Amino acid sequence: MYLVRPDVLADLPVMSSPSSGARSTSLRTFHTAWCTSSRDSSCLRDKLQFTTNMLVKVESSWSWETSKMADDSFYLELSRSPIRFDPVSNVNNVFFDENNRQVFAVRSGGATGVVVKGPDAKTSINFRMEDKGSVISIKFSYDLKILAIQRCYKTVEFMNFGQAVDPVEYSQSCKGKTTKIIGFNWVAINEVVFITDHGLEYYQVIPEKKTLKSMKTYNVSVNWFVYLPESALLLLSSSTLGNVLHPYLFRAGQVFKLPKFEVDLPVVPKPPKLCLLERDVTMAQIYGQVYIIVLRHQPRGPGHASAEVVLYQLQKESPAKKTNVLRLDMSGRFAVNIVDNLIVVHHQASKTSMIFDIKLQSETESDGYVTYHHPVLSPLPIKPFKLRVTGVPTVAGPEVKEINCELYSPNWIVFQPSIIIDAKLGCLWTVCLKLEPLVTMIPDKCRLMDFLLLRRDCKMVILSVCKQMLTPGRQCNLPTIASIFDKLNRVYRSYLEEETAYAQAVEIAQARGTGTPKRPQRSQAVIDQSDMYTHVLSIFVDNKEIKYKFMVAVLVEYIRSLSQFQIPVQHYLYELVINTLVQNNCFYQLHQFLQYHVLSDSKPIACLMLSLESVYPPAHQLALDMLKRLSTANEEIIEVLLSKHQLLTALRFIRSVGIVDTVSARKFLEAAHATEDNMLFYTVFKFFEQRNLRLRGNPRFAPGEHCEQYISHFLMTFGEDALTTVVQ
Amino acid sequence: MPSTKLENFFIYNSNFGPREGEEHKKILFYHPPDVLLDNKIKQMGLCEAIVTFTHTFSPDHACEALHTQKTRQLFYQPEKDFWMIMTVTIPCNEKTGKDGQAYIEYHDEDVQDSVFDAVLKTSYKMFRLFMGTFSRILERFNVEVLKQRLEHFFLRYLGTLRLATSDILDVFNGIHFLPLDKNMYLRIQCFINLTEATFGQVKYTAFLYNDQLVWSGLEQDDMRILYKYLTTSLFPSALESELGGKESPKGAAPTPVTGSAHYGRYITGPPDMKDPTNLGKVPRIYVNTETSYEELYLIVYRALSATICLMVDASVAPSFDLYQKLDSFIGPQLSSLGSDISEQYAKKASSSDPVFKYIYFNHMNLATKSTVHTKKSATTTITNIPPDIMRILGDINADFYRHGASRAEEDGETIMKTMSDCWVVGKKSDQREFYVVLNQKNANLIEINEEVKKLCATNFNNIFFLD
Repeated sequence: MYLVRPDVLADLPVMSSPSSGARSTSLRTFHTAWCTSSRDSSCLRDKLQFTTNMLVKVESSWSWETSKMADDSFYLELSRSPIRFDPVSNVNNVFFDENNRQVFAVRSGGATGVVVKGPDAKTSINFRMEDKGSVISIKFSYDLKILAIQRCYKTVEFMNFGQAVDPVEYSQSCKGKTTKIIGFNWVAINEVVFITDHGLEYYQVIPEKKTLKSMKTYNVSVNWFVYLPESALLLLSSSTLGNVLHPYLFRAGQVFKLPKFEVDLPVVPKPPKLCLLERDVTMAQIYGQVYIIVLRHQPRGPGHASAEVVLYQLQKESPAKKTNVLRLDMSGRFAVNIVDNLIVVHHQASKTSMIFDIKLQSETESDGYVTYHHPVLSPLPIKPFKLRVTGVPTVAGPEVKEINCELYSPNWIVFQPSIIIDAKLGCLWTVCLKLEPLVTMIPDKCRLMDFLLLRRDCKMVILSVCKQMLTPGRQCNLPTIASIFDKLNRVYRSYLEEETAYAQAVEIAQARGTGTPKRPQRSQAVIDQSDMYTHVLSIFVDNKEIKYKFMVAVLVEYIRSLSQFQIPVQHYLYELVINTLVQNNCFYQLHQFLQYHVLSDSKPIACLMLSLESVYPPAHQLALDMLKRLSTANEEIIEVLLSKHQLLTALRFIRSVGIVDTVSARKFLEAAHATEDNMLFYTVFKFFEQRNLRLRGNPRFAPGEHCEQYISHFLMTFGEDALTTVVQ
Repeated sequence: MPSTKLENFFIYNSNFGPREGEEHKKILFYHPPDVLLDNKIKQMGLCEAIVTFTHTFSPDHACEALHTQKTRQLFYQPEKDFWMIMTVTIPCNEKTGKDGQAYIEYHDEDVQDSVFDAVLKTSYKMFRLFMGTFSRILERFNVEVLKQRLEHFFLRYLGTLRLATSDILDVFNGIHFLPLDKNMYLRIQCFINLTEATFGQVKYTAFLYNDQLVWSGLEQDDMRILYKYLTTSLFPSALESELGGKESPKGAAPTPVTGSAHYGRYITGPPDMKDPTNLGKVPRIYVNTETSYEELYLIVYRALSATICLMVDASVAPSFDLYQKLDSFIGPQLSSLGSDISEQYAKKASSSDPVFKYIYFNHMNLATKSTVHTKKSATTTITNIPPDIMRILGDINADFYRHGASRAEEDGETIMKTMSDCWVVGKKSDQREFYVVLNQKNANLIEINEEVKKLCATNFNNIFFLD
């Protein structure tokens, strides 16, 4: 059976608060399990027994502590609107299912109703069922169409949930007379696995026939189990000490037995007894890898005071590998959550939480096999939470009170990845990371950036850090800025690579007619050029307090970083550089940048350069060179030359690029006419007569060319005899 | 055949001795010094007269040169009322006439106005770089100080002039830029930015590799003359003193400065980082003389072949402490940049295209390239074409600009065939000039034209250079 085992209860912490005698007495009455991870769907009532008035007492005793701390001195908080459910009571049993993240409040064995609350409306269901005895475990299938209920240690009952509740239950017993079901789990749609003390039994549920079909059975003696829904991974504990762990993976209707592994224990008791307990083992996906997280309590005594969290990385072909050790530097009761790929370790005695990041290099040491980590920051409490409760009804209506919830309460039960339930309060929260306060908590900007770049919703925070590091008074030095740019662009580069690979994969898939491949999922944010431009750099260059040298240095540093990661630089960044240089009359410096192609060629940049000709004449040459290199800008080159009355140069140009036959004669004649230089006009006119002759065998202009005005000008100036005639 | 020599070089200001008998006061500097004062005054007086006389005919353009059978005299008025005069000899040789009489033939065409005009102007700019403008010295001090400074500067400077080998490159007075890829260039940029950000005293920075410029924080005109100084004077003499030091059994390979992990050392500044008493010689320079008139110390630091010029505000003399900090900051970074550039440079050099004889110059950025000139040693440059052909290049160039500003706007092309069957082509497109020497004996004009077109197409495809 799975309930709170005696060993859990026996280990209950005796919490004492030096400041509040009232609280300690009331707390002592709570029978709770503060453990790494309370198991799924377990009956919460057995862990908690309380009365409602005690709740209020607890709140009042807590309030003095909370208001002291400023809002930005916390890096963890509880979700603003917790899922509320009827607290555990004598008639109300509460269960939590990690698969669907649903809380079940079962009143009177279901006879007076089962209230299911999930993360959204779709997963929140109310129904009634017959009271057939007290429920041990209750969970919906993935598609919420079948409800499984365990009421005894031999069988699990099933109910079909179609449009309406089908009250007819069907059941499945475990195999063997002495076998006991420890628990069960849905592993796929209509697939369920029973974990018994003799191993696991894997069934397919056929709801239409209301029967189950046995698919596979494994025999192994089991102490307890842990299940990770995201990966459909089951971990069984066997052996007397409990430290031999068997992972099973459920994929596409099959079970894959992965190599078992042994967790090393700090001390082996004599005679041997179960040492590795379920509450000390969790599984989680961190940075896309599955880890088995083991809380390792050191034996009491001097020199061994602090506990550790040991991470075993699951391997496909070989036993899970011990890869990381988190140094807690504390002892007592802990609970673990995974928030945004961070390992959050709550410590009950100090009422603080620590965060660890296994990808962050800066606070680690390694012996070549295992990496040892220290917390990213010193331990801090979770941000105080105020709960709105409806109190005693008054004349004016129900009184609404805001009460401070007790944090790190013994009533807390922690689920993966980031769920905290207070069954006594009837609240389910998710633990959230607050990034903004971290900005001031981590003074080393490079380390801060490393940390932020690994977080999910970091974009705006990173941008504000970038903005800040360029602001006078809080400015970072150039090497720091450079290394931060490099960090951002390294991520940016890898993102671009993934995008390219994806685009190629899509192309191949389309060519082959196969399905569209899955888009790469990114856990990290990408700060691209346009983000930097919009939120940081364009604001930065407008700041009149900043010296232009520093501005240029920063912009060049950013361009350098982009170029180093072979990221094509967008022209708006170049424009920033150009404008900054121009505003400070640094034309020669600008010239040198262009000369070395630091500012890459583009039509917008060329046009910008053309506009600078009046203040810096060489800009004209730079612009023409650029247009020439672009090789798609012949029209623009002609426009530039004609506008400067460089008719002959323009003619030579169109000849050199071989577009004599396609240019508009009218445009050239118009420009030639505008110069009021008759000889020049004559030359241009003759040039196009020759073209006409070559193209059509006749020197006359075609009517479609709209050159009539210039033909008459020619006739007026030079007379009819000057026209070329075809010798017949 | 005796080549062109400096006959005399003097500077005067007509306002300084307006009364008769005080003419000698007008002369501020005269070379050679051992000329009788009377002769000095006569020479100067003649120049004054010519300048005034020609002014009548050409009020907008002052007299530039005076051609005589034996000499050529160049005139330059760098600042109001200050005139610089340089006279050079015309090369000559003795010939025997039909009548058996020996006579001396002067080769007037061998001396090109444009070249010596450039030499004269450069000499002024060099003075201005190290001493400031004439008028500023007068303002701050007096005529005596100006005379001292002119003497101090020009006595040495005139000795370094190599008139016989002056050619079209002196006219261009351009800059060789180091071809570098963008990333390397950006690295250098960032290094310079970092240096300037770390050391607030550094107002401007220039970066060179060997004799090639990579970055200049100075304005173009100032850089042009500083570049000239660095490449023709400072670097060669630094190299010489280094070679002199090589006699010690150190070997040819560059070794890190003893006691440090990098190759950096000061060219101007303390010669020994362990000796705080010797700060070395650091020249003062004057830049932006037209506008802000800044006085700076020129600290030159080199690691491997990379050189960084730090121009430090002259209001406070750099202390040994600053030198030490600069050394430990710049030394390692410059060493690594130097070795990375040399790696890239070696790659480029090995994959160089077949060389033809050409000279290229861009007026806009002063970029100069020449496959005609090769550096033989630190101070001497040799050319791979005969002097007469080199002169033709100068003539074509002068011809492009002969008829004043309107002509200079126009593009043009000149193709010449020499008596020795050599083809010389000069082209001007917008602000760029390109000269090629082709040794195709039996080629005709059309073939040469085609050949040049091909060269332009392959070499100038990335710029707007029309043929």
